[in-house]
Amino acid sequence: MKRFAQLYSAIDSTTSTNRKVDAMAEYFASAAPADAAWAVYFLSGGRPKRLIGVRRVAEWAMAESGVPPWLFEECYHAVGDLAETIALLLPDHVAPHALLPRPLHDWVENVLLPLGNMSEDEQRQAVLNAWRQLDGTERFVWNKLITGSFRVGVSGQLVVRALARASNIDEGVIAHRLSGHWTPTAESFSALIEPDSSDADRSRPFPFYLAYALEGELESLGNPAQWQAEWKWDGIRSQVIRRDGQTYIWTRGGELATDRFPEIVAAANALPDGTVLDGEIMPWMNGAAMPFAQLQRRIGRKKLGPRILAEVPIVLIAYDLLELEGRDMRAAPLTVRRAALANICQCDDGRPERVSRHERSEGPALLLSPIITLQTWSDARAAHAGSRDHRAEGLMLKRLDSEYGVGRRKGSWWKWKVQPFSVDAVMIYAQPGHGRRALLHTDYTFAVRDGDALVPFAKAYSGLTDTEIRELDAWIRRHTIEKFGPVRHVEPVHVFELHFEGIQHSPRHKSGVAVRFPRIARWRTDKTASEADTIETLRTLLEAAK
Amino acid sequence: MLQTTERGLYCSAADVYIDPWLPVERAIITHAHGDHARWGSRHYLASREGGRVLRTRLGADANIELVDFGESRNINGVSISLVPAGHILGSAQVRLEHNGDVWVVSGDYKTEPDPTCSAFEPVRCNTFITESTFGLPIYRWCAQEETFAGMRAWWAENAALGRASLVYAYALGKAQRVLAGMLDAGIGPIYTHGAVERLTIDYRKSGVALHPTSAVVAQPRGTTYAGSLIVAPPSAAGSTWLRRFGDLSTAFASGWMQVRGARRRRSLDKGFVLSDHVDWPALIDTISATGAERVWVTHGYREQVVRFLRDKGLDAHSMASHWEGEDEQGPAVADEEAIA
Ligand SMILES: [Zn+2]
Ligand SMILES: [Zn+2]
Repeated sequence: MKRFAQLYSAIDSTTSTNRKVDAMAEYFASAAPADAAWAVYFLSGGRPKRLIGVRRVAEWAMAESGVPPWLFEECYHAVGDLAETIALLLPDHVAPHALLPRPLHDWVENVLLPLGNMSEDEQRQAVLNAWRQLDGTERFVWNKLITGSFRVGVSGQLVVRALARASNIDEGVIAHRLSGHWTPTAESFSALIEPDSSDADRSRPFPFYLAYALEGELESLGNPAQWQAEWKWDGIRSQVIRRDGQTYIWTRGGELATDRFPEIVAAANALPDGTVLDGEIMPWMNGAAMPFAQLQRRIGRKKLGPRILAEVPIVLIAYDLLELEGRDMRAAPLTVRRAALANICQCDDGRPERVSRHERSEGPALLLSPIITLQTWSDARAAHAGSRDHRAEGLMLKRLDSEYGVGRRKGSWWKWKVQPFSVDAVMIYAQPGHGRRALLHTDYTFAVRDGDALVPFAKAYSGLTDTEIRELDAWIRRHTIEKFGPVRHVEPVHVFELHFEGIQHSPRHKSGVAVRFPRIARWRTDKTASEADTIETLRTLLEAAK
Repeated sequence: MLQTTERGLYCSAADVYIDPWLPVERAIITHAHGDHARWGSRHYLASREGGRVLRTRLGADANIELVDFGESRNINGVSISLVPAGHILGSAQVRLEHNGDVWVVSGDYKTEPDPTCSAFEPVRCNTFITESTFGLPIYRWCAQEETFAGMRAWWAENAALGRASLVYAYALGKAQRVLAGMLDAGIGPIYTHGAVERLTIDYRKSGVALHPTSAVVAQPRGTTYAGSLIVAPPSAAGSTWLRRFGDLSTAFASGWMQVRGARRRRSLDKGFVLSDHVDWPALIDTISATGAERVWVTHGYREQVVRFLRDKGLDAHSMASHWEGEDEQGPAVADEEAIA
């Protein structure tokens, strides 16, 4: 644990990416494989299912340190992080413990994971024991781990780079070995940095190649003839793998979702062995995309009955071919991969949505992502402006000669999203958040005006800075009209600009609409509640979105 | 005996102000930090130990009367004396006694030993006016030996990589404490920012032993700083002044470095916890050591400390100061102005 805490400090105490990678590489090269495996797991964002509520841990810490709750809360406000507040308040060890230092995997496997199956009292004992055996930074890291809030400024890609640096194995190979169901054991770690690259696990997807958001002008991309545009679909990015007579569907979230999409499996079973497609899983009916909410509805079902299958049919819109006849195609230029993709899908590379327009919902489950050819950048602008008509969230721009890279790289793939919907709304309810923000009011409900009344229509909990959150929290405490459990009804004073990606009719909501991905764009301190948008604004947006 | 006025803390019996923030006739100054020693008063009374630094801060024309620690002055029946506060060179608590009633104004203080100034002495009193800069239990200082050892190790690691090390430290007090902590550390020349160098000279002339220093401004063009240690005020961060040092690792020596977020916000490579103020346990211990039945809390986490003391049964009050929300950064900014 001490070494892992030191690694944490080393990463945390530098702003240089290179020094972070060096620190990790050094750790991976020298730590025991069982520990290194867990380090890989946690550093790349792995999190065991929530083990203990952070509130509970805070209560034990107050008791252990003799700090009254109000003072604990003041401390938390000053620190801004619960795990750290607790680590700073716990009393120093009375006497140095005589126990042998315990390695990371021992802590995780024998103390942390069992916490999930313990009674509250056993949990408390286990956590207090841990605190008494650990020092400063170790306690902090431990608190983060048991409350599921361990975060350090590295991405999965940096972990891959560090592993590559430590093992002298290509980054792509490491990333490939890590994707999918990787379990943090000594054996998997050793296999991860094993020089032999004939990977046995045939179900493994390739790491997804990700695009950056377009920043500058289109013209900065150079000659439009060297680019192709496609719709940016709002579904579930997935790889469909056909190897050794088996089909696998992996989502970008690292989930093996084969049995969730029988339509795609049926279509993929016809693919030749040694094929990997990259595409978007979309709800699709009568040749057109359905709203994302429908896909969510289907995912929410434990069992896929005939009714939901008929109501929300699924397709894969394929846009890339990563493996052909067992060969890794990722280094081939996009044009070559695309031609092979069209060939393998047995589509003529025209406009498959047109081909399938007259089909019923039982139409083909494998579609080719249509290409929008660009003569000029104005063509791209025109297409972009029409994105919503296709239920797309914008355009993808890909260089024709681009390879399929690893992770997120700047330069050859760009995503160009349409402007989100925007509404100025009034905050009317607030409630405490989760995790490190459990003591602050961070979840808000927003309303639009309807005559003299306020109609709630969206909840959002992201988009403000820490300072704004604290300022707002202090205000909320002083301007509560009514409390319902943790929820506070506050004076309708503050106006926020909300952005969201989609809007649709919803009889279940008082406002009659449901919005997708609502988030706070900014705090409109320049506006009063009487200047907020009205229900009419929402209705107009709804009409426009149809 | 004391009351707050718009000019500052005032003793009407003796007609003097303590650390007034507006010009007055007679001012007693606890120490030379910018939020305590303001210009423009007719007459100043301060400790002899800090005389030289105060002169630098207030200018050649200021009318400053110096007294030794423990030496008492009688003004209109009020017996006034200064007692070491352990904060920076010359820092004093002000003890006032009138008809058997004793008040002590702490100014800024710390109880940890510090080779650059006289050690804090607790004084029994009826009313204690205390600072509360770090008045939360998250602020518990580690032993300063640990901090200095960490600083040396950090410098050595950077030096081995041919990198310069730069510590940000408040120009008055903290910078000199760092220089004293680095004595005999086997570090070559320590370079200083002009703001630090000037006060460092004052400290040496006042008889404080510090690591040898050399002002950056005095170095010839093309001087290489690889492997050296540089001490600069926090205001130098982000300035073009840093360019000359080449590959550089930066650190900040301050009590605020106790909290990770404070370090990260400044994007520093390292934060060293080193404070010239009392931490929470020392604050609470000191208050009880004074035996005071009444406590006024100023300068920092006032409301929190007041509530904690009241829960313990003390008659505690919060005393607003002109420097609302001020922290160690306040004086630092003033430091820069004073020697510009
Ligand atoms: Zn001070
Ligand atoms: Zn001060």
